[in-house]
Amino acid sequence: METVGKSYKRVDAWGKVSGEAKYANDLMPKDCLQAKVVRSTIANGLVKSIDISEAQKVPGVVKILTCFDAPDIQFPTAGHPWSVEAAHQDVPDRKLLNTRVRQWGDEIAAIVAEDNVAAERAARLVKVEYEEYEPIVTVEQALAPEATVLHPDIRKDNVFAHNSFKTSPDYDYEEAKKKAVEKYGEENLIEVSETYRTPRISHCHLEVCTSWAYVDTNGKVTVVSSTQIPHIMRRVISQALGWPVGKIRVIKPYIGGGFGNKQDVIDEPLNAWLSIQCGGRPVCLELSREECVAMTRTRHACKGVVRGLATKDGKLLAREADIYTNKGAYASHGHAITSGITTNFKDIFHDEYGCRADGYSVYTTSAVSGAMRAYGVPQAAFLADSLADDLCYKGGFDPLKFRMDNCVPPGFVASTGITYYTYSLKECMRRGAEYIHWDEKRREYANQTGPVRRGVGMSFFMYKVGVYPISLETSSARMILNQDGSIQVELSATEIGQGADTVFSQMAAETLGFTMDRVYIISTQDTDVAPFDTGAYASRQSFVSGKAVKKCALKMRARILDYASYMLERPAEELMIWQNNICEKIHIPGGVKEEADPYADFLDAGVKEYDIHDLPNGEAAILRDTGVEKDVKPGKVLLSMKELSENAFYSLDRSEHITAEVTSHCKENTFASGCCFVDLEVDMPLGQVKVNNIVNVHDSGTLLNPQLAEAQVHGGMAMGLGYGLTEELLYNEQGRPLNDNLLDFKIPTAMDVPNLHVEFVQMDDPMGPYGNKALGEPPAIPVAPAIRNAILHATGVSMKEIPMTQQKLVAAFKEAGLI
Amino acid sequence: MYDIGKYYEASCAQEAVRLLQEHEDAEIISGGTDVLVKLRSGKGAGGTLVSIHEIPELHGVDRRPDGTLVIGPATCFTDLTNNPLIQECVPYLGEAVDTVGGPQIRNQGTIGGNICNGATSADSAATMQTLNAVMILQGPDGIREVPVTEFYTGPGRTVRAHAEVCTAILIRPEDYVGFTGCYMKYGKRASMEIATLGCCVRVKLSADKKTIEEARIGYGVAAPTPIRCRRTEALLAGRSADDPQIYDLIGEHVLEEVNPRSSWRASKEFRIQLISELARRALREAIARGKDGESHA
Amino acid sequence: MLKIVHMTVNGKEVELAVDPRESLLETLREKLNLTSVKKGCGVGECGACTVLIDGVATDICLYLTMWAEGKHILTTEGLKSPTGELTPIQQAFIDEAAVQCGFCTPGLIMTGVELVNSGKKYTREELRKLISGHLCRCTGYENILRAMEKVVGVDS
Repeated sequence: METVGKSYKRVDAWGKVSGEAKYANDLMPKDCLQAKVVRSTIANGLVKSIDISEAQKVPGVVKILTCFDAPDIQFPTAGHPWSVEAAHQDVPDRKLLNTRVRQWGDEIAAIVAEDNVAAERAARLVKVEYEEYEPIVTVEQALAPEATVLHPDIRKDNVFAHNSFKTSPDYDYEEAKKKAVEKYGEENLIEVSETYRTPRISHCHLEVCTSWAYVDTNGKVTVVSSTQIPHIMRRVISQALGWPVGKIRVIKPYIGGGFGNKQDVIDEPLNAWLSIQCGGRPVCLELSREECVAMTRTRHACKGVVRGLATKDGKLLAREADIYTNKGAYASHGHAITSGITTNFKDIFHDEYGCRADGYSVYTTSAVSGAMRAYGVPQAAFLADSLADDLCYKGGFDPLKFRMDNCVPPGFVASTGITYYTYSLKECMRRGAEYIHWDEKRREYANQTGPVRRGVGMSFFMYKVGVYPISLETSSARMILNQDGSIQVELSATEIGQGADTVFSQMAAETLGFTMDRVYIISTQDTDVAPFDTGAYASRQSFVSGKAVKKCALKMRARILDYASYMLERPAEELMIWQNNICEKIHIPGGVKEEADPYADFLDAGVKEYDIHDLPNGEAAILRDTGVEKDVKPGKVLLSMKELSENAFYSLDRSEHITAEVTSHCKENTFASGCCFVDLEVDMPLGQVKVNNIVNVHDSGTLLNPQLAEAQVHGGMAMGLGYGLTEELLYNEQGRPLNDNLLDFKIPTAMDVPNLHVEFVQMDDPMGPYGNKALGEPPAIPVAPAIRNAILHATGVSMKEIPMTQQKLVAAFKEAGLI
Repeated sequence: MYDIGKYYEASCAQEAVRLLQEHEDAEIISGGTDVLVKLRSGKGAGGTLVSIHEIPELHGVDRRPDGTLVIGPATCFTDLTNNPLIQECVPYLGEAVDTVGGPQIRNQGTIGGNICNGATSADSAATMQTLNAVMILQGPDGIREVPVTEFYTGPGRTVRAHAEVCTAILIRPEDYVGFTGCYMKYGKRASMEIATLGCCVRVKLSADKKTIEEARIGYGVAAPTPIRCRRTEALLAGRSADDPQIYDLIGEHVLEEVNPRSSWRASKEFRIQLISELARRALREAIARGKDGESHA
Repeated sequence: MLKIVHMTVNGKEVELAVDPRESLLETLREKLNLTSVKKGCGVGECGACTVLIDGVATDICLYLTMWAEGKHILTTEGLKSPTGELTPIQQAFIDEAAVQCGFCTPGLIMTGVELVNSGKKYTREELRKLISGHLCRCTGYENILRAMEKVVGVDS
């Protein structure tokens, strides 16, 4: 490929380093009013009355609206594609402002004022009378028989949903154990039965959740928001207000990170309603960092009660898990994430007899859990990889060999039908082990004494690409030829920092035969203009929206060549586009040799073999076609794109505005995979962990832009470090968040992150539009369990929960008699 | 915008004192890194601020002929760390304030604010305790001197009266000449951190470097206010600097002089572990520095 | 009541009537449209609002505009040459893929400019400390360090 696979600089980099890239609040008009949400000061209860008389007297206050003024409409907030089947629709369980308070900080009123000081003064003067119930912060409290049912109109108790996955319908762990005892003898078996826990964490994107809204001259309520999902947001605002979709317009400029939090509709419907209530004046609703940490969305805290059985020589026989997730006050993404945890726990290993995983998502009076980078799989990986290493530790076998022997096999077909086509999981592990010097270090660190000890550990994962067939995957793309022969690409698969706009531009250039400097991508999505796409999530864009780009580029190319054929009076089949020119097409046997990428030194060009299982006849070839003919090369230049486009626009004979627009309904999916290896030291008396060496190895198919791919992995690794060691949103007994700011919620600083090493195993995947698979989310998955397992190797102490804070480590080392 | 009721920029300490007298709700603002954060959270909203940010004589470090260091309270942490006098005489104080927040905050926050806000977690606190620093307070009735060891009255509370302004912090030569020392900050991450515990150990070794003539131990967060561990200091005085038992001695005896609290940030039990372990390590480092001939004159 | 403040912003002398309650963050963004100055926390915990005041990197969410009287303020908007060329530190951020969402970028670039102005060269460990007042959730800091090293690293 010419353009795809090369490390082009980001198309938005110049704007971002020059400080000129505009984010939502940078575009706010001067006369914008400021809104402040009045939040409940109890975690569970009912608002009986609200007295706003004092608040209204504050100079500068424009409007105060309470839960008693808000429309009686419940709406869902998840950034999922809508479903035409009622049973699969997201659950509408919240209102713009709520009288029934279900978390500390629930939205009960809103102040609109001339400035933030007036709004905050007024908010402090609002007097609220509550009927108060017991806070229900934990899953255990929510499941207690006496617990208040938080959503009696939706569910009879606080279990939002429960599902059960088994490798086969008749699988039962106890039965499997009986069979194993008969076959292997009880003395040859190892069993581990444990409860592992993962924390609730905040995304901590640097730009807080913010929006501003106004009613435009055409009567449309227009919301400028920092969101990953402009088109979904438009639908949700429509549902929340009871307005038709056509009367809603959402604009998404550059956004300062999302990581899944902005794959949810936060306060934008409220913002829209506040503007409407203020006669359409522009109103800004910017959340504080504290609100953003504790009152938007979080990663589900998860408890896994698990059992695993293996033979003494390291064969995994059977597992089971009961997994409880803390859903928080509202449904948000429903049960989807919990379901992701259970299936991934089950699928990542192959058990001789089988595996069962039950998932329960439970309403509590705490922050709402929603989407966050890798959508449940980090939790699944912690459960599965902790269990694996505890089995290994007990049985005395090597964790790497255990995974090589028992991991998901090539060609694996999930219960959803998703098939693992290009399989590099084992190659990733081999590469990771080689980099970290696994065998050497396992031996070197085997018998340590003293207060500071070293260890190596690993973790691995697989991750589905996009959401098909669980949900709809659909994407549209539009291309327009400009008068100068450059091309304009329009999509609603949003740039949120991950580099989507850059790789889409590369894809368009690749398939069209353009150079990158002739491709302009529209980075701001405006739902009035931009074609439909569900947005940035699920590591779906380069795969799903990438297919739309390819399909659109093929259509566009055909239209350009058709016009060239008219101008040159030659059949289109004899022509090709090469570097923005119409050229003669010359057939060459053997194809075109590709130039080496300057950043290719960390790529493995050696691995090209893969297993394709169950791929329908002929489909492989079609799917793998990048739209670039491999056995042709350009001949004589016949026409420049500028000449062609000028004619197409202004020809008196045949004026034709060359555009293309397509919808790509994606019905393919596959798995990406990878692993993390760490070498660390533990200072036991201080409970401090220092990572001395770390590597993530990823199997994400063909890399679209190796340098950006590597950068994205770095970020995920740092996020994984925080997840493993320091990050956790805490509550007091009243259900009030304790550490809702960037000082107390500990994301890593530059001094907390070690040098990060990344490798890739590249295989051309038949499902991806350019051989590519998911990469955005996976890097965050394996780091925390790898650290956990390295601590086990270093100290012999098996940590049951993350974050493995210094305090927890010291307590564990004391209990083990190590300090 | 900050919810500031009235704002005054004082041109000298005396004017600041007068403004504070005139406004009962007034608070002094210097670097702003604590006061503005509190104001944003609603505490003191609508109140009066008296800024001493722009008073030149409150900045900088000086040495009197008798060797006493005079630290201007409005000196920011970065300037303190980089100050040649600080580096020459009390480098461990410079190191200590170099652990506050992050680089930008260290360009803004001031040493006076760090002490006057009364926080036990202040990164200068443990070291200032061991230095017997003296706070010069200027009030309506004149100037008084308060040793920093008597300055704190409780969490966030000090003896400073409403209308008093700290105009200097003194460090006397008998408190630094011949000493080496070390501040160890313990936090949950390596930067942008509030101390879970802070420990400063300083020693004065004999001329042959074999004996600890004097030891000083100070802590932040080991009690509701910053503290000294004078009884343990006395036990260390006269001990051999090469005796391996001194580490157990300090690690065990400091525990009798501290009073750490449990909070959601850290449990008492965990803090006790840190108090003991950090004392051992800080003593080891302080002695090592003394033996390297780094003592300061 | 508004007060008049005189300062030099990006090389240009300005005289502004400001509310004494304003932070310099608000004044620069709202009165001078210098929106490279980002607000990530409002309490000096993220570094996104870092600008240089008389050459010193400062979190201006915690800096009252009243204090800027007579000071020289430099923001990312002020870095480009008159013909639009970027500074080496900005170019290094592009070349090393140190930019993702871009929200922390202008603040980090200002710290980078402060380091360039120091005339010193720094090791990676020193750089880690010097940029540790900036939180970034996208990059793991690796490529930011590579970009900084390219311009002010010991081997640069």
